[in-house]
Amino acid sequence: MMDRRGFLLFTSILFLGNAHATPAQMQAAMRKVLGGATPRPGKVKLEIAPLIDNGNTVPLSVSVDSPMTSAEHVKAIHVFTEKNPQPNVLSVRLGPRAGRASVSTRVRLADSQTVHAIAELSDGSFWSGSADVVVTVSACLEDGFI
Amino acid sequence: MSGRRAIVTVPKQAKRGEVIEIKTLAQHAMETGYRRTQEGVAIARDIIRTFVCTYNGAEVFRMELHPAIAANPLIAFSTVATESGTLEFKWSGDNGYTVTETAGITVV
Amino acid sequence: MGRETRAMQDDDATNPAMFWVLEGEALFKNKEGSGKACLDCHSTLKGVAARYPAQDAKQGRLLNLEGRINACRTERMGAAAFPYESRELLSLTAYVALQSRGAPIEVRKSDVGEKFFHLRQGQLNLSCAQCHDERWGKKLAGTPIPQAHPTGYPLYRLEWQNLGSLQRRLRNCLTGMRAEAWPFGAPELVELERYLMWRARGMKMESPAVRP
Repeated sequence: MMDRRGFLLFTSILFLGNAHATPAQMQAAMRKVLGGATPRPGKVKLEIAPLIDNGNTVPLSVSVDSPMTSAEHVKAIHVFTEKNPQPNVLSVRLGPRAGRASVSTRVRLADSQTVHAIAELSDGSFWSGSADVVVTVSACLEDGFI
Repeated sequence: MSGRRAIVTVPKQAKRGEVIEIKTLAQHAMETGYRRTQEGVAIARDIIRTFVCTYNGAEVFRMELHPAIAANPLIAFSTVATESGTLEFKWSGDNGYTVTETAGITVV
Repeated sequence: MGRETRAMQDDDATNPAMFWVLEGEALFKNKEGSGKACLDCHSTLKGVAARYPAQDAKQGRLLNLEGRINACRTERMGAAAFPYESRELLSLTAYVALQSRGAPIEVRKSDVGEKFFHLRQGQLNLSCAQCHDERWGKKLAGTPIPQAHPTGYPLYRLEWQNLGSLQRRLRNCLTGMRAEAWPFGAPELVELERYLMWRARGMKMESPAVRP
């Protein structure tokens, strides 16, 4: 029979075990996309403000340097985090009709961390980029009630 | 009254071959599945999972969303103005969520 | 707030608050119990939100925008009042406040509100003035303390991932100060709103804003 303190410690460890992905989990998620390939750093520009107002809603843009022609274009863009509960953020599928290989959205970031992006090109090559962000939290949180 | 569930901003007119910017907003809480109530009960995940844009029926952009996408998601992207017609935007997700918006475009 | 948050606000195509504005526009045209819609009396409400809270001459009480909308509904439209933070009330206040975009705030001073602003309260014995008059620009928990001018309410707060009223924000502050937050609609809160708007007099309305 566990005493109260032991029980709380046990459940808090269980919860913590689910609450954050590890860099290894992120690598595994990236490997799923890469197959056996190694991405080359370059071509991928990940734009996030270095200091963030609130981790709930973080504007993020990814753009990939590519002429976006039938012969040479970006097929997919993937974004990953190392510290969110899950490593995957988004995957975009596109082609020459996009005109520009880019997407802007807003993401949630659980903590200060490095965000990674991988682009898959029509010639089968993979390119990568990353951005370091510091996540602050607004003071005077609501504490879950209005 | 349920209100508008998505807002799309598309230029009404463009030159043939021009790369146009499209901005879309969907009204959705994007419940991650990691939150708990004050009593400690887990709140189930409920998110938009897929966004697709078709241009006169041809798919020109697709995005898979995960819980890391913020509430009321913005998805802004570009497409080449190839011909006049209709752009269709479809969001689908957990619990049978599906929203469609359309916008007409004149290409000169 | 950062440049990116500002950019989210400045573009109607990316400001999540626009959902509420659009719904407010629809509600404004909705015929209520007595057969009237807001639109039947108010062809335009341009500049009105910049002058609230204001004294209701007929009733002799101070009303904020929410109170004014509900007074119209119950007294003139045969309709029930919308509760604070309800989707409907947020939508209507967002729609009405948008009509004052760019208008300078013009509200009379509330002495009672000024008193509350300087009142030390709660477990931490803090007053609004100690942070927002004396220490604005300095950091609290890593975040800059603003001057606290309510030029953009109702606003989409990233922390809430939702639209919310000024009273919701004030209650947050009071809870954060470990003081007893007045209930929604309390006259103390309306007086405080009026003081804050007077304190921001001349500044341009930017509702519906986006804030961290």
